[in-house]
Amino acid sequence: MYEIIEGFLEAARLIATFDGDVMGIAARSIIISLTATVLATLIAVPLGAAIYFGTFPGKKSLINLIQTLYSLPTVIVGLLIFLLISRVGPFGFMRLLFTPTAMVIAQTVLVLPIMTGLTISALSGVDPVIRDTLRSLGATHLQFLVNIMKEARFAILAAVAIGFGRAISEVGAAILVGGNIMASSFASSTRVLTTAISLETSMGNISQSIALGIVLLAIALAVNLVITTIQHR
Amino acid sequence: MIELDNVSKQFDGPAVLAGVTARIRRGEIFTVIGPSGSGKSTLLRLIDLLDSPTGGTIRVNGTDIHANGEESLRIRRMMGMVFQKPAVFNTTVTENVAVGLRFRGAEERVVREKVEEALAMVGLADYGERRARTLSGGEMQRVALARAMVIEPEILLMDEPTANLDPVSVEKIEELVLRINRDLGTTILFSTHDMYQGQRLAHRVGVLMNGIFAQVGTPREVFTLPATREVARFVGIENIIDGVVVAENGISVIDAGGIRIRARSPLSRGEQVALCIRSEDLRVFLEEGGKTHLNGNTLPGTVASIVPRGPFSRVTVDCGFALSSVLSWKAVDNLGIREGSRVTVSFAAESVHVIRQE
Repeated sequence: MYEIIEGFLEAARLIATFDGDVMGIAARSIIISLTATVLATLIAVPLGAAIYFGTFPGKKSLINLIQTLYSLPTVIVGLLIFLLISRVGPFGFMRLLFTPTAMVIAQTVLVLPIMTGLTISALSGVDPVIRDTLRSLGATHLQFLVNIMKEARFAILAAVAIGFGRAISEVGAAILVGGNIMASSFASSTRVLTTAISLETSMGNISQSIALGIVLLAIALAVNLVITTIQHR
Repeated sequence: MIELDNVSKQFDGPAVLAGVTARIRRGEIFTVIGPSGSGKSTLLRLIDLLDSPTGGTIRVNGTDIHANGEESLRIRRMMGMVFQKPAVFNTTVTENVAVGLRFRGAEERVVREKVEEALAMVGLADYGERRARTLSGGEMQRVALARAMVIEPEILLMDEPTANLDPVSVEKIEELVLRINRDLGTTILFSTHDMYQGQRLAHRVGVLMNGIFAQVGTPREVFTLPATREVARFVGIENIIDGVVVAENGISVIDAGGIRIRARSPLSRGEQVALCIRSEDLRVFLEEGGKTHLNGNTLPGTVASIVPRGPFSRVTVDCGFALSSVLSWKAVDNLGIREGSRVTVSFAAESVHVIRQE
Protein backbone atom coordinates (compact mmCIF):
# COMPACT_ATOMS: atom_id res chain seq x y z
CA MET A 1 0.00 0.00 0.00
CA TYR A 2 2.81 2.33 1.01
CA GLU A 3 4.58 1.67 -2.30
CA ILE A 4 1.53 2.63 -4.28
CA ILE A 5 1.16 5.93 -2.44
CA GLU A 6 4.85 6.59 -2.89
CA GLY A 7 4.43 5.72 -6.56
CA PHE A 8 1.74 8.37 -6.93
CA LEU A 9 3.85 11.00 -5.17
CA GLU A 10 6.85 10.23 -7.33
CA ALA A 11 4.62 10.27 -10.43
CA ALA A 12 3.36 13.72 -9.46
CA ARG A 13 6.95 14.90 -9.14
CA LEU A 14 7.89 13.48 -12.55
CA ILE A 15 4.98 15.28 -14.20
CA ALA A 16 5.41 18.54 -12.27
CA THR A 17 9.10 18.76 -13.17
CA PHE A 18 8.44 17.89 -16.82
CA ASP A 19 10.70 14.88 -16.55
CA GLY A 20 12.56 14.54 -19.85
CA ASP A 21 11.94 10.81 -20.31
CA VAL A 22 8.23 11.00 -19.52
CA MET A 23 7.63 14.04 -21.73
CA GLY A 24 9.65 12.58 -24.60
CA ILE A 25 7.64 9.36 -24.55
CA ALA A 26 4.37 11.30 -24.32
CA ALA A 27 5.34 13.53 -27.24
CA ARG A 28 6.27 10.51 -29.35
CA SER A 29 2.98 8.81 -28.52
CA ILE A 30 1.01 11.85 -29.59
CA ILE A 31 2.98 12.34 -32.80
CA ILE A 32 2.68 8.71 -33.90
CA SER A 33 -1.00 8.30 -33.01
CA LEU A 34 -1.95 11.70 -34.39
CA THR A 35 -0.23 10.92 -37.68
CA ALA A 36 -2.00 7.57 -37.84
CA THR A 37 -5.34 9.26 -37.06
CA VAL A 38 -4.87 11.90 -39.76
CA LEU A 39 -3.97 9.22 -42.32
CA ALA A 40 -6.90 7.07 -41.25
CA THR A 41 -9.26 10.07 -41.45
CA LEU A 42 -8.12 10.82 -44.98
CA ILE A 43 -9.00 7.27 -45.93
CA ALA A 44 -11.93 6.43 -43.66
CA VAL A 45 -14.15 9.47 -44.16
CA PRO A 46 -14.20 9.37 -47.99
CA LEU A 47 -14.41 5.57 -47.85
CA GLY A 48 -17.29 5.67 -45.38
CA ALA A 49 -19.08 8.25 -47.52
CA ALA A 50 -18.52 6.18 -50.68
CA ILE A 51 -19.92 3.08 -49.00
CA TYR A 52 -22.86 4.97 -47.51
CA PHE A 53 -23.88 6.86 -50.65
CA GLY A 54 -22.99 4.09 -53.06
CA THR A 55 -25.24 1.28 -54.16
CA PHE A 56 -23.50 -1.98 -54.92
CA PRO A 57 -24.14 -5.65 -54.26
CA GLY A 58 -22.89 -6.83 -50.88
CA LYS A 59 -23.15 -3.40 -49.29
CA LYS A 60 -24.86 -4.73 -46.16
CA SER A 61 -22.29 -7.52 -45.76
CA LEU A 62 -19.45 -5.05 -46.19
CA ILE A 63 -20.87 -2.83 -43.45
CA ASN A 64 -21.27 -5.89 -41.22
CA LEU A 65 -17.68 -6.86 -41.87
CA ILE A 66 -16.46 -3.36 -41.04
CA GLN A 67 -18.41 -3.42 -37.81
CA THR A 68 -16.96 -6.78 -36.91
CA LEU A 69 -13.48 -5.34 -37.39
CA TYR A 70 -14.19 -2.69 -34.71
CA SER A 71 -12.89 -5.21 -32.23
CA LEU A 72 -9.95 -6.27 -34.36
CA PRO A 73 -7.33 -7.40 -31.80
CA THR A 74 -4.36 -5.08 -31.82
CA VAL A 75 -1.84 -7.92 -31.72
CA ILE A 76 -3.38 -9.38 -34.86
CA VAL A 77 -2.86 -6.09 -36.66
CA GLY A 78 0.69 -6.00 -35.24
CA LEU A 79 1.35 -9.51 -36.44
CA LEU A 80 -0.06 -8.77 -39.90
CA ILE A 81 2.06 -5.65 -40.34
CA PHE A 82 5.06 -7.47 -38.86
CA LEU A 83 4.75 -10.22 -41.45
CA LEU A 84 4.47 -7.69 -44.25
CA ILE A 85 7.47 -5.58 -43.29
CA SER A 86 9.85 -8.04 -41.68
CA ARG A 87 13.04 -8.91 -43.55
CA VAL A 88 11.38 -11.87 -45.23
CA GLY A 89 8.08 -10.13 -45.93
CA PRO A 90 7.04 -8.56 -49.24
CA PHE A 91 7.92 -5.06 -48.00
CA GLY A 92 11.02 -6.11 -46.10
CA PHE A 93 13.26 -4.16 -48.46
CA MET A 94 11.81 -0.92 -47.10
CA ARG A 95 13.40 -1.63 -43.72
CA LEU A 96 10.43 -0.34 -41.76
CA LEU A 97 10.37 -2.85 -38.94
CA PHE A 98 10.94 -1.30 -35.49
CA THR A 99 10.51 2.25 -36.77
CA PRO A 100 7.90 4.85 -35.85
CA THR A 101 6.68 4.62 -39.44
CA ALA A 102 5.79 0.98 -38.91
CA MET A 103 3.81 1.97 -35.82
CA VAL A 104 1.96 4.65 -37.77
CA ILE A 105 1.05 2.10 -40.43
CA ALA A 106 -0.13 -0.43 -37.85
CA GLN A 107 -2.24 2.11 -35.97
CA THR A 108 -3.74 3.42 -39.20
CA VAL A 109 -4.83 -0.08 -40.17
CA LEU A 110 -6.09 -0.68 -36.65
CA VAL A 111 -8.41 2.35 -36.52
CA LEU A 112 -9.56 2.31 -40.16
CA PRO A 113 -12.54 -0.03 -39.59
CA ILE A 114 -13.92 1.83 -36.59
CA MET A 115 -13.51 5.23 -38.22
CA THR A 116 -15.05 4.05 -41.49
CA GLY A 117 -17.90 2.35 -39.67
CA LEU A 118 -18.60 5.34 -37.45
CA THR A 119 -18.53 7.64 -40.50
CA ILE A 120 -21.20 5.44 -42.07
CA SER A 121 -23.23 5.59 -38.84
CA ALA A 122 -22.76 9.36 -38.67
CA LEU A 123 -24.14 9.75 -42.19
CA SER A 124 -27.06 7.39 -41.54
CA GLY A 125 -27.83 9.44 -38.46
CA VAL A 126 -28.80 12.47 -40.54
CA ASP A 127 -32.57 13.04 -40.33
CA PRO A 128 -34.36 11.88 -43.51
CA VAL A 129 -36.28 15.15 -43.53
CA ILE A 130 -32.93 16.96 -43.85
CA ARG A 131 -32.19 14.84 -46.92
CA ASP A 132 -35.57 15.63 -48.44
CA THR A 133 -35.12 19.30 -47.59
CA LEU A 134 -31.76 19.46 -49.34
CA ARG A 135 -33.17 17.83 -52.44
CA SER A 136 -36.28 20.00 -52.42
CA LEU A 137 -34.07 23.09 -52.21
CA GLY A 138 -32.61 22.07 -55.55
CA ALA A 139 -29.26 20.57 -54.53
CA THR A 140 -27.19 18.98 -57.27
CA HIS A 141 -25.83 15.53 -56.50
CA LEU A 142 -22.54 16.99 -55.26
CA GLN A 143 -24.20 19.74 -53.22
CA PHE A 144 -26.36 17.06 -51.65
CA LEU A 145 -23.35 14.93 -50.61
CA VAL A 146 -21.40 17.91 -49.28
CA ASN A 147 -24.32 19.13 -47.21
CA ILE A 148 -25.12 15.73 -45.73
CA MET A 149 -21.45 15.48 -44.70
CA LYS A 150 -21.74 18.95 -43.19
CA GLU A 151 -24.80 17.92 -41.19
CA ALA A 152 -22.93 14.87 -39.92
CA ARG A 153 -19.72 16.78 -39.16
CA PHE A 154 -19.87 16.50 -35.39
CA ALA A 155 -20.59 12.80 -35.46
CA ILE A 156 -17.72 12.34 -37.94
CA LEU A 157 -15.48 14.35 -35.64
CA ALA A 158 -16.44 12.01 -32.81
CA ALA A 159 -15.46 9.09 -35.05
CA VAL A 160 -12.03 10.67 -35.52
CA ALA A 161 -11.65 11.21 -31.79
CA ILE A 162 -12.58 7.62 -31.05
CA GLY A 163 -10.03 6.52 -33.64
CA PHE A 164 -7.32 8.59 -31.97
CA GLY A 165 -8.28 7.17 -28.59
CA ARG A 166 -7.93 3.62 -29.87
CA ALA A 167 -4.62 4.40 -31.57
CA ILE A 168 -2.94 6.02 -28.59
CA SER A 169 -4.13 3.43 -26.08
CA GLU A 170 -3.14 0.23 -27.89
CA VAL A 171 -0.07 -1.79 -26.91
CA GLY A 172 -0.08 -4.95 -28.97
CA ALA A 173 0.72 -3.57 -32.39
CA ALA A 174 3.06 -0.89 -31.05
CA ILE A 175 5.23 -3.40 -29.28
CA LEU A 176 5.24 -5.95 -32.14
CA VAL A 177 6.19 -3.62 -34.97
CA GLY A 178 7.79 -0.82 -32.92
CA GLY A 179 9.80 -2.91 -30.54
CA ASN A 180 9.77 -0.43 -27.65
CA ILE A 181 13.20 0.89 -28.53
CA MET A 182 14.75 3.79 -26.63
CA ALA A 183 17.47 4.93 -29.03
CA SER A 184 19.75 7.92 -28.77
CA SER A 185 17.74 10.00 -31.24
CA PHE A 186 14.12 10.94 -30.66
CA ALA A 187 13.07 10.09 -34.20
CA SER A 188 14.41 6.54 -34.24
CA SER A 189 12.98 5.60 -30.84
CA THR A 190 9.76 3.67 -30.73
CA ARG A 191 8.96 3.73 -27.03
CA VAL A 192 5.46 5.16 -26.50
CA LEU A 193 3.29 5.56 -23.39
CA THR A 194 1.65 2.16 -23.51
CA THR A 195 4.76 0.15 -24.29
CA ALA A 196 6.72 2.11 -21.69
CA ILE A 197 4.09 1.42 -19.01
CA SER A 198 4.21 -2.25 -19.83
CA LEU A 199 8.03 -2.33 -19.62
CA GLU A 200 8.38 -0.17 -16.48
CA THR A 201 5.75 -2.17 -14.64
CA SER A 202 7.48 -5.43 -15.45
CA MET A 203 10.74 -3.92 -14.17
CA GLY A 204 9.11 -2.76 -10.95
CA ASN A 205 9.31 0.98 -11.68
CA ILE A 206 5.81 1.59 -10.39
CA SER A 207 6.09 5.36 -10.04
CA GLN A 208 7.32 5.73 -13.62
CA SER A 209 4.36 3.62 -14.81
CA ILE A 210 1.85 5.62 -12.82
CA ALA A 211 3.25 8.90 -14.15
CA LEU A 212 3.00 7.63 -17.74
CA GLY A 213 -0.51 6.33 -17.06
CA ILE A 214 -1.64 9.70 -15.75
CA VAL A 215 -0.22 11.43 -18.82
CA LEU A 216 -2.04 8.95 -21.07
CA LEU A 217 -5.31 9.63 -19.25
CA ALA A 218 -4.70 13.37 -19.42
CA ILE A 219 -4.29 13.17 -23.21
CA ALA A 220 -7.54 11.24 -23.50
CA LEU A 221 -9.27 13.83 -21.32
CA ALA A 222 -7.84 16.71 -23.37
CA VAL A 223 -9.06 15.18 -26.63
CA ASN A 224 -12.48 14.69 -25.11
CA LEU A 225 -12.62 18.31 -23.93
CA VAL A 226 -11.70 19.61 -27.37
CA ILE A 227 -14.44 17.53 -28.97
CA THR A 228 -17.06 18.61 -26.44
CA THR A 229 -16.14 22.26 -26.92
CA ILE A 230 -16.44 22.02 -30.69
CA GLN A 231 -19.75 20.23 -30.44
CA HIS A 232 -21.20 22.89 -28.17
CA ARG A 233 -20.10 25.80 -30.28
CA MET B 1 -50.22 24.95 -63.65
CA ILE B 2 -50.06 21.45 -62.19
CA GLU B 3 -51.95 18.68 -63.93
CA LEU B 4 -52.31 15.36 -62.18
CA ASP B 5 -53.40 12.73 -64.61
CA ASN B 6 -54.34 9.33 -63.21
CA VAL B 7 -51.31 9.38 -60.89
CA SER B 8 -50.65 6.21 -58.96
CA LYS B 9 -47.97 5.11 -56.54
CA GLN B 10 -47.39 1.73 -55.03
CA PHE B 11 -44.71 0.86 -52.53
CA ASP B 12 -44.51 -2.72 -51.28
CA GLY B 13 -48.11 -3.64 -50.61
CA PRO B 14 -51.35 -1.95 -51.57
CA ALA B 15 -51.37 1.16 -53.76
CA VAL B 16 -51.08 4.42 -51.84
CA LEU B 17 -52.34 6.47 -54.76
CA ALA B 18 -54.67 4.79 -57.23
CA GLY B 19 -55.33 7.23 -60.04
CA VAL B 20 -55.30 10.80 -58.73
CA THR B 21 -56.58 13.32 -61.25
CA ALA B 22 -56.82 17.07 -60.72
CA ARG B 23 -55.84 20.44 -62.15
CA ILE B 24 -54.24 22.94 -59.84
CA ARG B 25 -54.53 26.46 -61.17
CA ARG B 26 -51.86 29.12 -61.16
CA GLY B 27 -52.08 31.35 -58.10
CA GLU B 28 -54.52 29.31 -56.08
CA ILE B 29 -54.23 27.69 -52.69
CA PHE B 30 -55.24 24.09 -53.15
CA THR B 31 -55.54 22.06 -49.97
CA VAL B 32 -55.35 18.31 -50.01
CA ILE B 33 -57.38 17.03 -47.10
CA GLY B 34 -57.85 13.45 -46.07
CA PRO B 35 -57.40 11.10 -43.16
CA SER B 36 -53.92 10.05 -42.03
CA GLY B 37 -52.39 7.55 -44.38
CA SER B 38 -54.53 8.59 -47.32
CA GLY B 39 -51.47 9.39 -49.44
CA LYS B 40 -51.25 13.18 -49.04
CA SER B 41 -47.52 13.18 -48.38
CA THR B 42 -46.89 10.74 -51.19
CA LEU B 43 -48.74 12.99 -53.64
CA LEU B 44 -46.73 16.07 -52.64
CA ARG B 45 -43.47 14.12 -52.77
CA LEU B 46 -44.28 12.97 -56.30
CA ILE B 47 -44.88 16.55 -57.38
CA ASP B 48 -41.57 17.66 -55.82
CA LEU B 49 -39.77 14.81 -57.64
CA LEU B 50 -38.73 13.20 -54.35
CA ASP B 51 -40.40 9.97 -55.53
CA SER B 52 -41.48 8.63 -58.90
CA PRO B 53 -45.05 7.63 -59.66
CA THR B 54 -45.85 4.03 -60.52
CA GLY B 55 -48.31 5.20 -63.16
CA GLY B 56 -49.90 8.30 -64.65
CA THR B 57 -48.34 11.66 -65.38
CA ILE B 58 -47.74 14.89 -63.53
CA ARG B 59 -47.35 17.97 -65.71
CA VAL B 60 -46.12 21.34 -64.52
CA ASN B 61 -46.65 24.13 -67.06
CA GLY B 62 -47.31 21.42 -69.61
CA THR B 63 -44.07 19.48 -69.02
CA ASP B 64 -44.22 15.88 -67.85
CA ILE B 65 -41.91 16.29 -64.87
CA HIS B 66 -40.96 12.65 -64.49
CA ALA B 67 -40.29 12.05 -68.18
CA ASN B 68 -36.87 13.64 -68.44
CA GLY B 69 -34.15 13.03 -65.85
CA GLU B 70 -32.00 15.94 -67.04
CA GLU B 71 -34.81 18.40 -66.61
CA SER B 72 -35.68 17.30 -63.11
CA LEU B 73 -33.29 19.66 -61.30
CA ARG B 74 -34.58 22.67 -63.25
CA ILE B 75 -38.18 21.68 -62.53
CA ARG B 76 -37.53 21.01 -58.87
CA ARG B 77 -35.89 24.40 -58.57
CA MET B 78 -39.22 26.01 -59.51
CA MET B 79 -40.71 24.60 -56.33
CA GLY B 80 -40.24 24.96 -52.60
CA MET B 81 -41.36 22.44 -50.04
CA VAL B 82 -42.05 22.53 -46.31
CA PHE B 83 -42.30 19.19 -44.52
CA GLN B 84 -44.43 18.02 -41.63
CA LYS B 85 -41.56 17.55 -39.21
CA PRO B 86 -39.73 20.80 -38.51
CA ALA B 87 -36.13 20.15 -39.55
CA VAL B 88 -33.32 22.66 -39.71
CA PHE B 89 -29.67 22.38 -40.67
CA ASN B 90 -27.28 22.44 -37.75
CA THR B 91 -26.11 26.02 -38.29
CA THR B 92 -27.42 29.57 -37.89
CA VAL B 93 -30.89 30.65 -38.97
CA THR B 94 -29.38 32.87 -41.68
CA GLU B 95 -27.33 30.02 -43.13
CA ASN B 96 -30.39 27.77 -43.09
CA VAL B 97 -32.37 30.20 -45.17
CA ALA B 98 -29.42 30.87 -47.48
CA VAL B 99 -28.95 27.23 -48.55
CA GLY B 100 -31.24 27.30 -51.60
CA LEU B 101 -29.67 30.51 -52.88
CA ARG B 102 -26.18 29.12 -52.43
CA PHE B 103 -27.18 25.99 -54.38
CA ARG B 104 -28.11 28.33 -57.22
CA GLY B 105 -24.80 30.16 -57.01
CA ALA B 106 -26.25 33.50 -55.93
CA GLU B 107 -23.85 36.33 -55.11
CA GLU B 108 -23.12 36.94 -51.43
CA ARG B 109 -24.71 40.40 -51.54
CA VAL B 110 -27.91 39.01 -53.06
CA VAL B 111 -27.94 36.16 -50.55
CA ARG B 112 -27.70 38.58 -47.64
CA GLU B 113 -30.48 40.83 -48.93
CA LYS B 114 -32.89 38.05 -49.78
CA VAL B 115 -32.32 36.12 -46.56
CA GLU B 116 -33.01 39.28 -44.59
CA GLU B 117 -36.22 39.86 -46.54
CA ALA B 118 -37.34 36.27 -46.08
CA LEU B 119 -36.68 36.33 -42.34
CA ALA B 120 -38.55 39.62 -42.01
CA MET B 121 -41.48 38.10 -43.87
CA VAL B 122 -41.81 35.21 -41.41
CA GLY B 123 -41.29 37.52 -38.43
CA LEU B 124 -37.83 36.23 -37.48
CA ALA B 125 -35.81 39.29 -38.50
CA ASP B 126 -33.76 39.30 -35.28
CA TYR B 127 -33.11 35.57 -35.27
CA GLY B 128 -30.47 35.47 -38.02
CA GLU B 129 -27.49 34.70 -35.81
CA ARG B 130 -29.30 32.22 -33.56
CA ARG B 131 -28.49 28.55 -33.89
CA ALA B 132 -31.50 27.09 -35.69
CA ARG B 133 -31.56 23.96 -33.51
CA THR B 134 -32.31 26.07 -30.42
CA LEU B 135 -35.60 27.40 -31.80
CA SER B 136 -39.08 26.14 -30.93
CA GLY B 137 -40.96 23.88 -33.35
CA GLY B 138 -43.11 26.76 -34.58
CA GLU B 139 -40.08 28.99 -35.14
CA MET B 140 -38.25 26.18 -36.94
CA GLN B 141 -41.21 25.73 -39.22
CA ARG B 142 -41.15 29.44 -40.03
CA VAL B 143 -37.43 29.13 -40.81
CA ALA B 144 -38.35 26.23 -43.11
CA LEU B 145 -40.96 28.43 -44.78
CA ALA B 146 -38.47 31.30 -45.23
CA ARG B 147 -35.95 28.78 -46.58
CA ALA B 148 -38.43 27.50 -49.14
CA MET B 149 -39.64 31.00 -50.11
CA VAL B 150 -36.28 32.74 -50.41
CA ILE B 151 -35.74 31.16 -53.83
CA GLU B 152 -39.06 32.67 -54.99
CA PRO B 153 -40.63 29.40 -56.12
CA GLU B 154 -43.59 29.37 -58.47
CA ILE B 155 -45.09 26.53 -56.50
CA LEU B 156 -44.98 26.06 -52.74
CA LEU B 157 -45.68 22.56 -51.45
CA MET B 158 -46.57 22.24 -47.78
CA ASP B 159 -46.96 18.76 -46.34
CA GLU B 160 -49.00 19.05 -43.14
CA PRO B 161 -46.68 21.82 -41.94
CA THR B 162 -48.71 22.55 -38.83
CA ALA B 163 -49.44 19.00 -37.69
CA ASN B 164 -46.90 19.11 -34.85
CA LEU B 165 -47.39 22.72 -33.76
CA ASP B 166 -49.20 24.54 -30.97
CA PRO B 167 -52.33 26.57 -31.88
CA VAL B 168 -50.56 29.96 -31.85
CA SER B 169 -47.87 28.72 -34.22
CA VAL B 170 -50.50 27.16 -36.45
CA GLU B 171 -52.25 30.50 -36.73
CA LYS B 172 -49.00 32.24 -37.66
CA ILE B 173 -48.19 29.72 -40.38
CA GLU B 174 -51.72 30.02 -41.77
CA GLU B 175 -51.45 33.82 -41.87
CA LEU B 176 -48.15 33.51 -43.71
CA VAL B 177 -49.58 31.08 -46.23
CA LEU B 178 -52.44 33.45 -47.03
CA ARG B 179 -50.11 36.43 -47.25
CA ILE B 180 -47.58 34.66 -49.47
CA ASN B 181 -50.35 33.63 -51.82
CA ARG B 182 -51.91 37.09 -51.87
CA ASP B 183 -48.74 39.20 -52.10
CA LEU B 184 -46.50 36.99 -54.21
CA GLY B 185 -49.10 35.07 -56.18
CA THR B 186 -47.39 31.77 -55.33
CA THR B 187 -49.39 28.67 -56.19
CA ILE B 188 -49.68 26.74 -52.95
CA LEU B 189 -50.45 23.08 -52.45
CA PHE B 190 -51.13 22.47 -48.78
CA SER B 191 -51.96 19.11 -47.27
CA THR B 192 -53.69 18.70 -43.94
CA HIS B 193 -55.76 16.17 -42.05
CA ASP B 194 -57.55 19.07 -40.37
CA MET B 195 -60.61 19.71 -42.51
CA TYR B 196 -61.24 23.11 -40.91
CA GLN B 197 -57.72 24.23 -41.76
CA GLY B 198 -58.34 23.08 -45.31
CA GLN B 199 -61.49 25.15 -45.33
CA ARG B 200 -59.83 28.26 -43.85
CA LEU B 201 -56.97 28.38 -46.33
CA ALA B 202 -58.18 26.97 -49.57
CA HIS B 203 -59.56 28.39 -52.74
CA ARG B 204 -60.20 24.79 -53.65
CA VAL B 205 -60.06 21.56 -51.70
CA GLY B 206 -59.29 18.05 -52.87
CA VAL B 207 -60.47 15.27 -50.57
CA LEU B 208 -58.02 12.40 -50.88
CA MET B 209 -59.51 9.07 -49.84
CA ASN B 210 -58.53 5.51 -50.66
CA GLY B 211 -55.89 6.77 -53.07
CA ILE B 212 -58.07 9.03 -55.21
CA PHE B 213 -59.66 12.44 -55.01
CA ALA B 214 -63.14 11.58 -53.80
CA GLN B 215 -64.08 15.20 -54.46
CA VAL B 216 -62.47 18.40 -55.70
CA GLY B 217 -64.25 21.68 -55.21
CA THR B 218 -64.51 24.93 -53.31
CA PRO B 219 -64.58 24.55 -49.53
CA ARG B 220 -68.28 25.45 -49.62
CA GLU B 221 -69.05 22.70 -52.12
CA VAL B 222 -67.09 20.10 -50.25
CA PHE B 223 -68.50 21.00 -46.85
CA THR B 224 -72.12 21.42 -47.84
CA LEU B 225 -72.42 19.11 -50.84
CA PRO B 226 -70.08 16.18 -50.20
CA ALA B 227 -69.84 13.86 -53.17
CA THR B 228 -69.70 10.58 -51.29
CA ARG B 229 -70.70 9.12 -47.98
CA GLU B 230 -67.01 8.96 -46.90
CA VAL B 231 -66.44 12.61 -47.74
CA ALA B 232 -69.58 13.53 -45.82
CA ARG B 233 -68.31 11.67 -42.78
CA PHE B 234 -64.83 13.21 -43.09
CA VAL B 235 -66.12 16.78 -43.34
CA GLY B 236 -68.03 16.29 -40.14
CA ILE B 237 -71.61 15.64 -41.17
CA GLU B 238 -73.02 13.73 -38.26
CA ASN B 239 -76.30 12.56 -39.69
CA ILE B 240 -75.97 10.25 -42.65
CA ILE B 241 -79.02 8.11 -43.34
CA ASP B 242 -79.46 5.47 -46.04
CA GLY B 243 -82.67 5.30 -48.03
CA VAL B 244 -84.39 4.82 -51.37
CA VAL B 245 -86.10 7.48 -53.50
CA VAL B 246 -89.79 6.57 -53.60
CA ALA B 247 -91.37 9.64 -55.15
CA GLU B 248 -90.26 12.70 -57.06
CA ASN B 249 -92.13 15.86 -57.65
CA GLY B 250 -89.70 18.73 -57.48
CA ILE B 251 -89.11 17.50 -54.01
CA SER B 252 -88.06 13.88 -53.63
CA VAL B 253 -89.41 11.64 -50.96
CA ILE B 254 -86.97 9.15 -49.62
CA ASP B 255 -87.89 6.08 -47.68
CA ALA B 256 -85.40 5.51 -44.87
CA GLY B 257 -86.35 2.28 -43.16
CA GLY B 258 -90.06 3.07 -43.26
CA ILE B 259 -89.75 6.74 -42.40
CA ARG B 260 -90.27 9.24 -45.19
CA ILE B 261 -87.99 12.23 -45.63
CA ARG B 262 -88.47 15.07 -48.10
CA ALA B 263 -85.40 16.42 -49.81
CA ARG B 264 -84.42 18.47 -52.87
CA SER B 265 -82.79 16.14 -55.32
CA PRO B 266 -82.73 15.47 -59.06
CA LEU B 267 -82.51 11.74 -58.53
CA SER B 268 -85.24 9.49 -59.77
CA ARG B 269 -87.36 6.83 -58.19
CA GLY B 270 -85.63 3.66 -57.07
CA GLU B 271 -82.19 5.22 -56.55
CA GLN B 272 -80.28 4.12 -53.47
CA VAL B 273 -79.19 7.25 -51.64
CA ALA B 274 -77.48 8.53 -48.52
CA LEU B 275 -78.96 11.59 -46.87
CA CYS B 276 -76.66 14.11 -45.19
CA ILE B 277 -78.12 16.47 -42.63
CA ARG B 278 -75.87 18.87 -40.71
CA SER B 279 -76.63 18.77 -37.01
CA GLU B 280 -76.84 22.59 -36.87
CA ASP B 281 -79.76 22.48 -39.36
CA LEU B 282 -81.93 20.36 -37.05
CA ARG B 283 -84.48 21.92 -34.67
CA VAL B 284 -85.69 20.04 -31.63
CA PHE B 285 -89.11 20.83 -30.06
CA LEU B 286 -91.14 19.36 -27.27
CA GLU B 287 -93.72 17.13 -28.85
CA GLU B 288 -96.66 19.47 -28.59
CA GLY B 289 -94.68 22.71 -29.21
CA GLY B 290 -93.37 21.93 -32.69
CA LYS B 291 -94.68 23.75 -35.70
CA THR B 292 -94.82 21.66 -38.83
CA HIS B 293 -92.33 22.53 -41.54
CA LEU B 294 -94.20 23.31 -44.72
CA ASN B 295 -92.75 20.96 -47.32
CA GLY B 296 -90.22 20.04 -44.69
CA ASN B 297 -89.73 17.20 -42.30
CA THR B 298 -91.15 16.81 -38.84
CA LEU B 299 -90.25 13.56 -37.17
CA PRO B 300 -91.32 12.37 -33.73
CA GLY B 301 -88.74 10.68 -31.56
CA THR B 302 -87.25 10.04 -28.15
CA VAL B 303 -84.15 11.73 -26.77
CA ALA B 304 -81.52 9.00 -26.65
CA SER B 305 -78.64 10.99 -25.20
CA ILE B 306 -77.47 14.48 -24.28
CA VAL B 307 -73.69 14.79 -24.36
CA PRO B 308 -71.88 18.02 -23.51
CA ARG B 309 -69.55 19.29 -26.21
CA GLY B 310 -67.73 22.53 -25.38
CA PRO B 311 -70.34 25.26 -24.82
CA PHE B 312 -72.98 23.11 -26.55
CA SER B 313 -74.80 19.88 -26.02
CA ARG B 314 -75.16 17.21 -28.61
CA VAL B 315 -78.71 15.92 -28.43
CA THR B 316 -79.31 12.61 -30.15
CA VAL B 317 -82.90 11.74 -30.93
CA ASP B 318 -84.09 8.30 -31.95
CA CYS B 319 -86.63 8.79 -34.75
CA GLY B 320 -86.34 5.24 -36.03
CA PHE B 321 -82.81 6.23 -36.95
CA ALA B 322 -80.58 8.46 -34.85
CA LEU B 323 -80.47 12.18 -35.57
CA SER B 324 -78.00 14.40 -33.74
CA SER B 325 -78.54 18.07 -33.17
CA VAL B 326 -76.39 20.68 -31.47
CA LEU B 327 -78.09 22.95 -28.94
CA SER B 328 -76.77 25.48 -26.48
CA TRP B 329 -76.96 24.44 -22.81
CA LYS B 330 -79.52 27.16 -22.31
CA ALA B 331 -81.70 25.83 -25.10
CA VAL B 332 -81.61 22.37 -23.54
CA ASP B 333 -82.63 23.86 -20.18
CA ASN B 334 -85.41 25.95 -21.74
CA LEU B 335 -86.82 22.96 -23.54
CA GLY B 336 -86.61 20.98 -20.35
CA ILE B 337 -85.60 17.83 -22.22
CA ARG B 338 -83.64 14.92 -20.87
CA GLU B 339 -83.02 11.36 -21.91
CA GLY B 340 -86.30 9.67 -22.66
CA SER B 341 -88.21 12.91 -23.42
CA ARG B 342 -90.65 12.72 -26.33
CA VAL B 343 -89.72 15.41 -28.87
CA THR B 344 -90.09 16.30 -32.53
CA VAL B 345 -87.18 17.03 -34.82
CA SER B 346 -87.74 19.26 -37.80
CA PHE B 347 -85.64 20.33 -40.73
CA ALA B 348 -86.21 21.83 -44.17
CA ALA B 349 -86.05 19.78 -47.33
CA GLU B 350 -83.23 22.14 -48.43
CA SER B 351 -81.14 21.05 -45.46
CA VAL B 352 -80.97 17.50 -46.77
CA HIS B 353 -78.12 16.77 -49.15
CA VAL B 354 -78.75 13.65 -51.18
CA ILE B 355 -75.87 11.48 -52.37
CA ARG B 356 -76.39 8.71 -54.87
CA GLN B 357 -74.98 5.47 -53.52
CA GLU B 358 -72.80 3.48 -55.86
